[in-house]
Amino acid sequence: MRTFRLGGVHPEENKISTNAAIEVFPLPKQAVVFLSQHLGAPATPVVAKGDEVKTGQLIAKAEAFVCANIHSPVTGKVNKIDTMKDIFGFSKTAIVIDVAEKEEWVETVDTTPDIKRDIALSQKEIVDKLKEMGIVGLGGATFPTHIKYMIPEGKKAEYLLINAAECEPYLTSDHRVILDHTEEVLIGISILRKALGVPKAYIGIESNKPEPIARLQEMAKQFEGIEVVPLKVKYPQGAEKQLIYSITRRSVPSGKLPIDVGCVVNNIGTAFSVYEAVQKNKPLIETIMTVTGKSLGINQHNFVVRIGTPFIDLANAIGGIPDDTAKIISGGTMMGKAIANPEGPITKGVSSMLFMSEEEAYRHEEQDCIRCGKCVKACPMGLEPYLFSSLINNGKFQEAADNHLMDCMECGCCLFSCPAHKPLTDEIRLAKTKLRQMQQKK
Amino acid sequence: MKLLNVSGSPHVHSGESVKRIMWDVNIALIPMLLTAILFFGLDALFVSLVSVCSCLLFQWLIEKFLMKTRTTISDGSAVITGLLLAFNLPSGLPLWIVIIGALVAIGIGKMSFGGLGKNPFNPALVGRVFLLISFPVQMTTWPTPQGIGGIFANSTIDAATGATPLAAFKEAVKNGTANLDMPSLMDAFLGHIGGSMGEVSAIAIIIGGIYMLCRKVITWHIPVSFIGTALVFSAILWCVNPSHYMDPITTILTGGLMLGAVFMATDMVTSPMSKWGQVVFGAGCGLLTIIIRNWGSYPEGVSFAILLMNACVPLINKGFKPKRFAK
Repeated sequence: MRTFRLGGVHPEENKISTNAAIEVFPLPKQAVVFLSQHLGAPATPVVAKGDEVKTGQLIAKAEAFVCANIHSPVTGKVNKIDTMKDIFGFSKTAIVIDVAEKEEWVETVDTTPDIKRDIALSQKEIVDKLKEMGIVGLGGATFPTHIKYMIPEGKKAEYLLINAAECEPYLTSDHRVILDHTEEVLIGISILRKALGVPKAYIGIESNKPEPIARLQEMAKQFEGIEVVPLKVKYPQGAEKQLIYSITRRSVPSGKLPIDVGCVVNNIGTAFSVYEAVQKNKPLIETIMTVTGKSLGINQHNFVVRIGTPFIDLANAIGGIPDDTAKIISGGTMMGKAIANPEGPITKGVSSMLFMSEEEAYRHEEQDCIRCGKCVKACPMGLEPYLFSSLINNGKFQEAADNHLMDCMECGCCLFSCPAHKPLTDEIRLAKTKLRQMQQKK
Repeated sequence: MKLLNVSGSPHVHSGESVKRIMWDVNIALIPMLLTAILFFGLDALFVSLVSVCSCLLFQWLIEKFLMKTRTTISDGSAVITGLLLAFNLPSGLPLWIVIIGALVAIGIGKMSFGGLGKNPFNPALVGRVFLLISFPVQMTTWPTPQGIGGIFANSTIDAATGATPLAAFKEAVKNGTANLDMPSLMDAFLGHIGGSMGEVSAIAIIIGGIYMLCRKVITWHIPVSFIGTALVFSAILWCVNPSHYMDPITTILTGGLMLGAVFMATDMVTSPMSKWGQVVFGAGCGLLTIIIRNWGSYPEGVSFAILLMNACVPLINKGFKPKRFAK
């Protein structure tokens, strides 16, 4: 079985919501749509207070290069454009829309359930369409997708890799989208393959998902140039550089991008939204979310939710936040972020609402490093977290950078395996921020 | 509404803990304790008990009254130091000397640097070498193993004493006597030879080592490179002059080489971090051991070799970095 070579850990998989088919989540009363839901500059609003908007209508336009269009996820009236708090408690500018009783879509969107297989658009038209529809990567980084398909001069794309590894514990949205929308996903991949102009697309998927693998392999026979590559179950299999290595045996050097080794990587969830954008003219206004946690028992769900819906609505819909909840995570347990403000809205790329009990989320007291080297063994980038820790605690940030601190992708393998419970990943994050500040001062 | 916990990722942990690692090492030391009692009688048990108890006591006293911090004796690391120190001593050693050894091991070897994780040298070896230099006579009075009946022997006063195979060999080479009677390989493997309590039985050490490998407390790198280097180096010397140098198999089965390679050099606190660093460290230990054994003034060199290589660890960590991604 293919895998990456250095480091990696195997956390408890806990994929307890795999059997819950995707359900459509009801519309919220009020949608809070942030202008910045992607990597890069915030979009510029093109509506004003009091405007009536339809579902799928453009409400904020991308003006910078790295930016994405934002569309109204609901039908209703713009209540205000103001700073609102996001789920992590940060204030950001948002368009707040009061939802009307009757939903009305923009005329251009094809809302029929029919599956459209023929790809009518040309290579360039596809890229323009992705940009127009505000498609961003749904793997977590929310990088505007169309930019990946504008290959810089002098570089050449050879492989399209689709990331369906879903190596994070608990998350099942990719698993479900494959099962519930197999054909659409494969059409989406074909569209991306056409946009890139490469002969072959590879779907990397961890072998703990036998059903989706079988479904994809069966259906992929009807498509040209799509190969399913089962991967060993090892975290972080779905990290970009690790996935590229596992499938192509190519290594993306430090500070370089996948395209430097001829690869473009997209998430399988993104492939689904690409299908909807290109074939159905539907902008990115929804996200597929896993609502899970051990305390929920059999009450596990996968929802397709409109952007702008408050997080707390999801909890309320399934019977409230479980009593023993100590932490709510957006994302998986390894790289997900703890939510501070559940009233905050869902944004593009949010993939889960995970409830963790006091016991599960307990962080042990930090002890002295015993120099066991488990962090070194676990690091998939081949770095020395123990060394970073001592350098950072002595204020030697530059020396940490000289030891390639910036190569760290914060996957959390070091903290996960540290017997002394040293907050290694936290310290590295702190040092990265500090180093960026130091760079800006120069 | 109830306030939520917020922290950075990751939000789960492997469950690995310092305590678990340390107690795993202690479990791995049990076969050696049993063979020591089997071959050297209840004296071995007394020395081990006194060593462990005084290590625990000294650590507790130092933490409580000198450092005024939380006491950490339950983490099991002082027990390891106590057991390893005892295993590096002759079973007939007067108990007051054992207590001094424990004080040096814990007080100077470990706590003076700040406690577990901060000591550059293996504490048990610091204690052992201190005793070897301070009490050369007592430290080289080796009760001969009693066979399986050893456990019923009353005390070392009655027991015969004799030289270790290494000391006897060195003496013989010095005097020019050839064809010395060496213990059979089977005796050396099982532990029916003279020596420190824990070092005599290769089989007990191997069982402990396999347990630690399975529990991922150690990796193969240090033991294999240590023993391998010693084997190759002594084989070369033996080929050059078989009457002057010991044969390689007896070399690795006698003295503290196995104990050192599996339990002392692999101490995670005082060994390098990267795989290649560990290989270099082990090879250095093996090389130095053979050099000291053949050309040094002591018949045994494992303790000195490991302590010398301990001192090189920061340098090795700088020179042998783990392999980075895409490098």
